[in-house]
Amino acid sequence: MAEVLVLVEHADGDVKKVTLELLTKARDFGEPSAVFVGAGYPDAQAVLAEYGAAKVYVAEGADVTAHVGAAAEVLAAVVESAHPVAVFCASSASSRETAAVAAYKTGGGLLTDVVDVEEGLVARQDVFGGATVVKSAVTAGTPFLCVRPNALTATPAPAESVREDVTVSLPEAVNAAKIVESVNEVKSGRPELTEASIIVSGGRGMGSADNFAIVEELADALGAAVGASRAATDAGWYPHQMQVGQTGKTVSPQLYIAVGISGAIQHRAGMQTSKTIVVINKDAEAPIFELADFGVVGDLFNVVPALTAEVKSRQA
Amino acid sequence: MNIVACVKQVPDTWAEKKLRPDTKTLDRESVDAVLNELDEYAVEEALRQQEAHGGTVTILTMGPAKALQTVRKALSMGADAAVQVTDDGLAGSCAIGTARVLAAAIGTLDADLVIFGSEATDARTGVVPALVAAVLGRPQLTLAAKVEVDGTTIRINRITDTGYDVVEAQLPAVVSVVEKTNEPRYPSFKGIMAAKSKPLTTLSLADLGIDPASVGGAGATTEVREYADRPARGAGEIVTDGGDGAAKLAEFLHTRKFL
Ligand SMILES: Cc1cc2nc3c(=O)[nH]c(=O)nc-3n(C[C@H](O)[C@H](O)[C@H](O)COP(=O)(O)OP(=O)(O)OC[C@H]3O[C@@H](n4cnc5c(N)ncnc54)[C@H](O)[C@@H]3O)c2cc1C
Ligand SMILES: Nc1ncnc2c1ncn2[C@@H]1O[C@H](COP(=O)(O)O)[C@@H](O)[C@H]1O
Repeated sequence: MAEVLVLVEHADGDVKKVTLELLTKARDFGEPSAVFVGAGYPDAQAVLAEYGAAKVYVAEGADVTAHVGAAAEVLAAVVESAHPVAVFCASSASSRETAAVAAYKTGGGLLTDVVDVEEGLVARQDVFGGATVVKSAVTAGTPFLCVRPNALTATPAPAESVREDVTVSLPEAVNAAKIVESVNEVKSGRPELTEASIIVSGGRGMGSADNFAIVEELADALGAAVGASRAATDAGWYPHQMQVGQTGKTVSPQLYIAVGISGAIQHRAGMQTSKTIVVINKDAEAPIFELADFGVVGDLFNVVPALTAEVKSRQA
Repeated sequence: MNIVACVKQVPDTWAEKKLRPDTKTLDRESVDAVLNELDEYAVEEALRQQEAHGGTVTILTMGPAKALQTVRKALSMGADAAVQVTDDGLAGSCAIGTARVLAAAIGTLDADLVIFGSEATDARTGVVPALVAAVLGRPQLTLAAKVEVDGTTIRINRITDTGYDVVEAQLPAVVSVVEKTNEPRYPSFKGIMAAKSKPLTTLSLADLGIDPASVGGAGATTEVREYADRPARGAGEIVTDGGDGAAKLAEFLHTRKFL
């Protein structure tokens, strides 16, 4: 059976949920194979097998972890040798780059921000903030489809994963882009933004970094991730990795709660395909209310703690 | 240091769309085309690097004739000259086609540093900068939150999911900047006046020696099969907090099975 390649999204072997979603979807079109680039494969092996990766192409070692652009070289090399019917990647900033460069190198075509893959590898994309549904296809060579996290459902289908090692010699330009240091700024026990089924986001209305504790408490009561508007990240109240919007993360959780956020178009660009949207804002005219399935016009410093208490009491 | 800043003209998606009183149809003329917001950061970064290290800043765009307005805006921020690639054969280009054309145009300029925005707000793919680096065979220093040049060494902070990677390379290199890099300046009145007389070169596909079959709609690697508008979100329930807002909200969350 023809292979469908899935580029594994991971942090040192900690596999992201989107990879499992992609492995599940890949089964509709052929035999799923995973492409693992970087360190930590031993930690990833079991979950990749559980979700049906019949083969895992592994490229590890300093060469591929320490250079920007190395993953694209690995992916292109596997595409050249395995001739897959399609390549699925996460639609994250760096995987989109990887997919694009690998598509260019192998004469394929690229679609990003895909929310579903239908028969014939036709990709569904939600554009203009979800207002328009587009169905597109790649017309030349191998289709490289970058799929939004949280758009598909992951279900296990255990396979015997066979490991196949891949080595590539990096072109001069890739060798020259050296990662000299990696800095981790975000450590929280909360779900990852793009994977979370519930997100509570705070904006300028929070007023200070300390006040973010109010949204964190609600988030923890709901088992949610915490997001922020650009106004809040620019003010240094919350890490910019948690920014939702045009230049932050694009999210579509089951439930998005916007607290003290006005709803600028750049913020909406990142969250308006959320299934249910709840708004808490003291200004009844704030444009974010246009998106709300339920909105409370009120002071967040009263409403949010009261809501947290309600949530806790209903769960008790 | 010679710097090229790449800018794209995009529809102003946040403009209020108006109906024409005479025909009651969408007034397309009133929807402005603007300089892609994120490319203002690219132009700003180019100008700051020029202020620190000397050299020139050239604006490069690929787009229809009217993209000249966008080029003017970038010039009015303080860039020295501009190159516009324009050709009927370019309509419908995919990201890979666009990258081929921009790379060919950059090849005609003696650039030490090419700076992109991180994403165009219309298509939102964010892949053109990495593709141009691959086509040119230059180091890909994309998604930069900070750019430092020291002699021929360039160092950036490349944003990651959990923080950032410090990436180092030698010039010439290709950079894309995110909006955390700087705060773009507003064009001054003097800048706007000066922009009108700055040198502008127009290039066609033939000038770049590019086969029209390899770019534009003819060379595109993807096609839209069909599209449909989705029904707008229905109006939600809005309550004013009179002390019971949280309770009503909790009840809503309960009916939606979140509680
Ligand atoms: C190139 C570019 C990219 C951008 N990218 C992004 C992006 O990715 N994400 C993003 O979010 N923004 C982005 N922006 C910024 C965007 O334009 C807005 O400036 C930003 O989203 C505003 O954040 P805010 O809603 O938190 O703040 P504001 O617009 O100031 O709104 C604060 C809201 O809080 C409410 N409020 C205040 N106090 C209280 C209280 N006590 N109780 C209840 N409500 C209260 C106010 O009524 C107001 O509606 C971008 C802008 C540009 C130019
Ligand atoms: N037609 C174009 N002309 C010049 N620069 C472009 C063009 N298209 C994209 N770019 C540049 O590439 C960046 C990323 O665009 P994109 O990959 O289309 O999201 C933009 O911010 C621009 O700097």
